Amino acid sequence: MPKANVTFEDIGVTVTVPAGTRLIEISEKVGAGITYGCREGECATCMMKIVSGMENMTERSVLEDKVLQENMASRKHRLACQAQVLGGEIVVRPG
Amino acid sequence: MTEAPVAIAPDVYWIGALDPQLRVFDVILKTANGTTYNAYCVRGATGVAVIDTVKAEYADTFFERLEQVARYDEITVIVLNHLEPDHTGALPELMRRAPQARLYISVKAQLMLKGLLKSEDLSYTPVDTGDTVDLGGRTLTFLNTPFLHWPDTQCTYLNEEALLFSGDVFGCHFCDPRLFNDRVGDFRFSFEYYYQHIMRPFREHVRYGLDLIEPLDLKLIAPAHGPILRDTPRAYVQRYRQLAAPLLHNEAADRAKTLVIFYISSYGNTALMALAVRDGAESIDGVRASLYDLQGGEVTPFVDLIEEADGIVFGSPTINGDAVKPIWDLLSSLAVVNIKDKLGAAFGSYGWTGEAVQMLEDRLRGLKLRVPVAGVRVKLIPTGEELARCHEFGKQLAEHLTGRASRRVIDMSELLKEPSHAQG
Repeated sequence: MPKANVTFEDIGVTVTVPAGTRLIEISEKVGAGITYGCREGECATCMMKIVSGMENMTERSVLEDKVLQENMASRKHRLACQAQVLGGEIVVRPG
Repeated sequence: MTEAPVAIAPDVYWIGALDPQLRVFDVILKTANGTTYNAYCVRGATGVAVIDTVKAEYADTFFERLEQVARYDEITVIVLNHLEPDHTGALPELMRRAPQARLYISVKAQLMLKGLLKSEDLSYTPVDTGDTVDLGGRTLTFLNTPFLHWPDTQCTYLNEEALLFSGDVFGCHFCDPRLFNDRVGDFRFSFEYYYQHIMRPFREHVRYGLDLIEPLDLKLIAPAHGPILRDTPRAYVQRYRQLAAPLLHNEAADRAKTLVIFYISSYGNTALMALAVRDGAESIDGVRASLYDLQGGEVTPFVDLIEEADGIVFGSPTINGDAVKPIWDLLSSLAVVNIKDKLGAAFGSYGWTGEAVQMLEDRLRGLKLRVPVAGVRVKLIPTGEELARCHEFGKQLAEHLTGRASRRVIDMSELLKEPSHAQG
């Protein structure tokens, strides 16, 4: 199974994960500073910044895109409860 | 009684409302004599601008004053310096009565406006610092001043009168119908209190806003709440500059990161751990660690300490499945300071179950601190080995503070074996 390396900048930890894993599953386990609300892509509490490796993430769904826009997110932001990793290197931070 | 407008400069009028009965504003602020919702009208040769409105309950008063200085069909410009409902309560009705007027809002205010008016079909002009609107011989210049105290906030400057419509900046909750700062009662406490509760969490943004405001010629500051500052307006700008600076010079700031450790201890066990954490942190060059027993202090000065610190550590016993109240009291008092991205951590001794540490870590993450080192939990009296773990914990915190922590690589399968987050 393809793997991805996700680095959480705020705590200085890199986690090797299978492709398809949602960021929420990793950050919660590793104790990164990404907090959660609804976990269903509506509240935007888990908005985070992709420092690098956006190309290694799934595309935004229509729902995620709408919620991010409503919350004035930049193109570098994603919802941890929606975004899945595809492979390669990804660096994220709360934000 | 007719509600009269008040001229504050040639062809510039206060058309706001007095709310002397208000005692609690926005849940977090008290006021002993109410507040004012200040709105203004500026007349030019070719246009009329309305700057902000009032809380919805006071719309009738606002319109009564407005109608005495302008006809609705003359209004060409509506400026919203801040979209909070106490300034936009009369906006929908004003837009209905003056449909030709163009709305001028900050770039960040656009989505808020849609949320406020519950409409996607809105016509407005987003403006940024330096953008202007001509009213015929009178020019409004916008200054984008975000987070003073919402993302959308801006100030509007009337060039020809050197008059700053500042929004919430330089305002306060103080109600006196005499309006001008040289005529109203003593509002200095209210001015300071307002800063401490509304602006203080955003002091970096206050400094940014002051950089834009200080170069302006300032004959008058017309804020959105409280007295209009016509007597020595610049003194209030200077006071903001003082308030936005650290409370005291930190003599260690140039050479050390500061780590403050707060603890509370029933039988001295968490206190023993706290000492070891402090010693561990101090073993790393470039860290100044300080230890505080929460039973020996009050919340306010501890909040001041936290505002200036680079890292915050909490030591709490677990009593009946929870961290103890003095810790939660302090952690629920941090909304007035900016703590985002500071380093946070927790530790503690426990008798039965020991939930406090993880609860505190979750709270610290919720407050947007980074929590890079998992806390130390010790059952009852710490052994020498357990105190060594506390020492190591303090050392690791110091390494993270000073940027010396080594990056760790973990496989997800290891994380899945553990009940909670698994850091170093």
